[in-house]
Amino acid sequence: MSTVDFETINVGEAVPSFTTDPISRSTLALFAGASGDHNPIHIDIDFAKKSGMDDVFAQGMLSMAYLGRLLTNLAPQKAIRQYGVRFAAITNLNDRITCSGKVLEKFEKDGEQLVRLELTAANQTGDVKLSGQAVIAVAKN
Amino acid sequence: MIDRKHIGRVSGAHTVEVEKGRLRFFARSIGETNPIYYDEGAARAAGYRSLPAPPTFVFCLDLEKDNPFKDLDEMGINLGKMLHAEQSFTYHAPICAGDAITIENRVSDIYDKKGGALEFVVKDYTARNQEGTLVAEMRCVLVVRN
Repeated sequence: MSTVDFETINVGEAVPSFTTDPISRSTLALFAGASGDHNPIHIDIDFAKKSGMDDVFAQGMLSMAYLGRLLTNLAPQKAIRQYGVRFAAITNLNDRITCSGKVLEKFEKDGEQLVRLELTAANQTGDVKLSGQAVIAVAKN
Repeated sequence: MIDRKHIGRVSGAHTVEVEKGRLRFFARSIGETNPIYYDEGAARAAGYRSLPAPPTFVFCLDLEKDNPFKDLDEMGINLGKMLHAEQSFTYHAPICAGDAITIENRVSDIYDKKGGALEFVVKDYTARNQEGTLVAEMRCVLVVRN
């Protein structure tokens, strides 16, 4: 199922990226329900305004879940050892998130062949929203 | 300022069942299309006991406790001023539908930057399944904009 052969992929090489649909209020409402994060800052414009924001904005974990799809597109989920991000900027309504990654390093740990990826989620104007890394085990053939 | 006495604060373990319908709803809400996240047959064929929880779903399991924002309230953190700064996961074993996951967390650090204008709360979590196996660890860093 892997779309990338981690045995032959080179350090510096990009993995297949994708871009999401624009984030709508419905996207945020559905993700609030599905994720269990009912923080009103993401779904209630009155609360957002009272908190000094112009409007609601996306849950950071929504973009992190999008970026997680980059990983599960690449490798069986069981092969993912670590996944972490820093939230660099707020993701706004109507943003389309492009999830991309490249190979930072190939290494061995505890007898396992591993690949470290550098990950980025950015919007349509190239503003980086999340930057992170993941470690994935190379499937044995 | 968030009282530094909260460093070391442990949030009692709570156990939550991983439900198939919820996993499908979550997968849909993030635009996931791989059938292993919807169809048990496809999941089993891929080597999972049942539908696997997507990589970030363990974060959601912690929000299933009775009052997920109680800890923040008790630390005096205003939800409207809080943002997620960092999040990371270390995976040890799959989490699948039907599992009962027990989650505990500990506030491992609280610090500030820019003379207190930004305060950071670091929480470390463990997730164990019904067999007591450590399935995942996670770290969440929240930032409060004072």
